[in-house]
Amino acid sequence: MDQVNETSTVLPSVAGTAPPVSAPAPPPVIELRGLSVRLGNREVLRDLTCSFTGRTIGLLGPNGAGKSTLINTLLGFWRPSAGSAYVFGSDIRTHAKSIRSLIGYMPENDAFISKMSAVAFIRLMAELSGLPSEMALERAHEALFYVGLGEARYRKLGTYSLGMKQLAKLAQAIAHGPKLLILDEPTNGLDPPARQRMIRLIREMHESREMHIVLCSHLLRDVEEVCEEVVILKEGRVVHYSNLNDERRSNRRFLELELQGDTANFIPAIEKLGCECAPGALNRLKVVLAEGVEIPDIYRIASSQNIQLRRLNFRRDTLEDIFLKAMENGNGSL
Amino acid sequence: MAVYKRTYRGYSGAITPTWSRFLVLYRFSRRGVFKSKFQTAFLVLCFFFPLLCLLGIYANDHLSAFAFLGPREAPLFAIDGKYFFIYTLVQGALAFILTSFIGPGLVSPDLANGALTLYLCRPLSRTEYVAGKMAVLCIVLSWITWIPGLVLFFVQASLSGWQWMVDNLFIASGLLLGAFIWIAVLSLLSLALSAWVKWRIAAGALLLGTLFIGAGFGQAVNAVLRTKQGYLIDVGHLISVIWGDLFRQEANADFPVSEAWVGLLAFSGVCLLLLMRKVRANEVIR
Repeated sequence: MDQVNETSTVLPSVAGTAPPVSAPAPPPVIELRGLSVRLGNREVLRDLTCSFTGRTIGLLGPNGAGKSTLINTLLGFWRPSAGSAYVFGSDIRTHAKSIRSLIGYMPENDAFISKMSAVAFIRLMAELSGLPSEMALERAHEALFYVGLGEARYRKLGTYSLGMKQLAKLAQAIAHGPKLLILDEPTNGLDPPARQRMIRLIREMHESREMHIVLCSHLLRDVEEVCEEVVILKEGRVVHYSNLNDERRSNRRFLELELQGDTANFIPAIEKLGCECAPGALNRLKVVLAEGVEIPDIYRIASSQNIQLRRLNFRRDTLEDIFLKAMENGNGSL
Repeated sequence: MAVYKRTYRGYSGAITPTWSRFLVLYRFSRRGVFKSKFQTAFLVLCFFFPLLCLLGIYANDHLSAFAFLGPREAPLFAIDGKYFFIYTLVQGALAFILTSFIGPGLVSPDLANGALTLYLCRPLSRTEYVAGKMAVLCIVLSWITWIPGLVLFFVQASLSGWQWMVDNLFIASGLLLGAFIWIAVLSLLSLALSAWVKWRIAAGALLLGTLFIGAGFGQAVNAVLRTKQGYLIDVGHLISVIWGDLFRQEANADFPVSEAWVGLLAFSGVCLLLLMRKVRANEVIR
């Protein structure tokens, strides 16, 4: 396999023990290097370059942005017209089969054999992924119980409701224990309870730390609930990459205050702490907290100056804000 | 992911060799074939004629058992190329009918609801997918064509002696080669049709239609243009010309054997092309 990440991490040495041990850093889950994909006369993906290392990666973008094409390319269904992509360090151009053996894929569209029972179907899929026959049967039962279809596992897939079919698709994707699970619009067409169940399952799998997950969706809420990293595509290009954990952490420093009283001395007092202030209309004040400054410090200053704090919000960039900003920055239009 | 815990766990156990994955497809598809009682009954019926032929061979060699019919010097009939040519024609026709029942059910269910994507997102190539599906037809059709044919050949050889076998080795090769060609053509045709016509019954009907319409259209071309090139679209005639040549029969010598081979190869090539165009994880919408 073509290892793409040649950097190494030096572990701290302990006095009196062996010399520093050099362990190679694990390759990124997915790395795109100038990836372009042309379907017919249309260039669907254009020179994508980025790398993902998180456990749960969100793939966002409006319809036609190239999300599904990117997934299909990672699975080896389309050949790149330029550049390449690497999954766990393996080149998709040369190691498509070995990459596929590491992946579990839940497609967006219907994908089932209507006259087959769920357990037989998932057993077939697990066996095709390389599990021995008995193990595949055992894992098929387990996967169906896990997703909540245990009682319906002998029913034919054609008789399943849309929500059940989605769960069955998830079961076939996880039955063989993949290292990378790709979910293409997993909550499509689900009612709120079914959506909640799907999100809970995805979050549980994320927490199990047994696999990496790529969640492709245009539902920002779904991505926000489960993803660590987000990449936003527009017209086949990466227009934004964001580490949601970092964003959440940095968002903790932004405050929006609504004050009552004379604020003439309040703002300089806050600025004296090292915070940045931006007064707004209607006695509103935006504050960027400096390192080491906490909310109680604000309370203390307000109290000493007899100012009422009518409202205090963390000014948080939601994924929607990030997404809209990325769309605007892409080429200035939504 | 234990049932009682209902939590997710990965898998780090044994993995089967990659080359053997198409056999999984064969195994599952074969099960589907024999779920139908009708298909199983028809398959059993297909063994009736070989059994009759076996009885014929036995009777021909044990004329004394028919003494009550009166004294007889010569054998009832000759066990030669013609005998096995007729056997191949009958079993070939039955193989065609059996294919029209089995073939359409192999690929169309996978395409009807997009399951093909799930096959091909695993370590399984399109070629292996087709090989797995074709293996079902190849094995089932072998049961009713060349396997009983060779049994008949060796029974006759054991009854008539070594010299008969040496003199008639072309029959064994004809049985094998003739059956292989026909099985390959039928498999490719039925898989291609079921890939394009996702409705199983329609695909079966179309398969039957291909033979009969091709024959009718070929005859019309021959009659109108006063040529024999119309046979090129009559798959049944092409294969019977090739079988006739393999079994050294002159009955179908009205069309050049080399052209029959070319016609059949071209027909198989078109079927393969049609099949591979449809056996894809995704379609490109231009």
